[in-house]
Amino acid sequence: MEKREFHVVADTGIHARPATLLVQAASKYSSDINLEYKGKSVNLKSIMGVMSLGVGQGADVTITAEGADEADAIAGIEETMKKEGLAE
Amino acid sequence: MSNHVTVKDLIDAVHLKVLSGEEGINRTIITSDVSRPGLELTGYFNYYPRERVQLFGRTEISFTERMTSDERLLVMRRMCQPDTPAFIISRDMVPPKEMIQATEESGIPLLQSRFTTTRLSSNVTNFLEGKLSKRISMHGVLVDVYGLGVLIMGDSGVGKSETALELIKRGHRLIADDRVEIYQQDETTVVGEPPEILKHLIEIRGIGIIDVMNLFGAGAVRSNMPIQVIVHLSLWSKDKAFDRLGSAEEFTRVLNVDVPKITIPVKTGRNLAIIIEVAAMNFRAKSMGYDATATFEKNLENLIELNTAEDNE
Repeated sequence: MEKREFHVVADTGIHARPATLLVQAASKYSSDINLEYKGKSVNLKSIMGVMSLGVGQGADVTITAEGADEADAIAGIEETMKKEGLAE
Repeated sequence: MSNHVTVKDLIDAVHLKVLSGEEGINRTIITSDVSRPGLELTGYFNYYPRERVQLFGRTEISFTERMTSDERLLVMRRMCQPDTPAFIISRDMVPPKEMIQATEESGIPLLQSRFTTTRLSSNVTNFLEGKLSKRISMHGVLVDVYGLGVLIMGDSGVGKSETALELIKRGHRLIADDRVEIYQQDETTVVGEPPEILKHLIEIRGIGIIDVMNLFGAGAVRSNMPIQVIVHLSLWSKDKAFDRLGSAEEFTRVLNVDVPKITIPVKTGRNLAIIIEVAAMNFRAKSMGYDATATFEKNLENLIELNTAEDNE
């Protein structure tokens, strides 16, 4: 299992559009990918789940991936996060 | 595409009675404009729009009553030009006999309607505009879903006709399958209808051509419908990004009108008919002022603010 922590920097937090981008990035991999915030974990491939957390600016979230392409998945999501100025 | 309208088409569409000049009912009409020849009755023919349908209302008829018989015959003969398609009289009024004589000599139909002049004029113009305006043909299926004209488009074999069939089975109406002829009715409306030969028909692979009116009844078909939304069926692919929230606004230009477009990914096991039904209802809700996506986004903003405030405590 791969695991990585992110610190959300985007002004809007993980709002609808950033959530869409994250879900799109995650959906490219076959691994199970989860996003954890405030003790709640949701499937990163489910847009409604991701948005329901209401992650704001300054929040710390953990993303875990488990499966054949788990390392690639974490790397890919990290790339999207950075490219979109979402988190670091 | 042939934009060919004869006087007979007009007679059938607007329910006119032929008073004389019946041999001329196959004359063609080339313009949707209608003329009310007022000044011509006084003898002023400089700008006489001879190629238009000539409409006689109460004003024109009462004016002719004040003319002498010779004057009437002279003026009426001048109005009967080789390219004048027809004369129509409103309110079931009786034409002067010189008018009958002149139209009979020239073989131009003299028609009568029970409607008032204004109503008749707009009926005639609407019919002619529909027939004579520029037409394009699009590949797709046009269905009336809850009163909304939905044009289903997509590559061949993606399941457009099958989806339409299920929509019909669920109580919606077919306008045209496979080929939809489209014309612009006004600045914001494009109307679709089937080519005459394909009317009420749908082609289902493996069954062949079926007659929807025959199998499902008159309630399952409609002759034409404004196209209000385009649903594009697109084969599901991992690399394609689909609108997940419904916040993206896309349009397709049809003639001079931007028609809203929704792209729906097609995948085995998705019930497209239900998805299109829901898309149509959601579209109607949006146009009535309720936008679920916008409301959700607003709520989400509030939740993010709340969470951020807690984090900072």
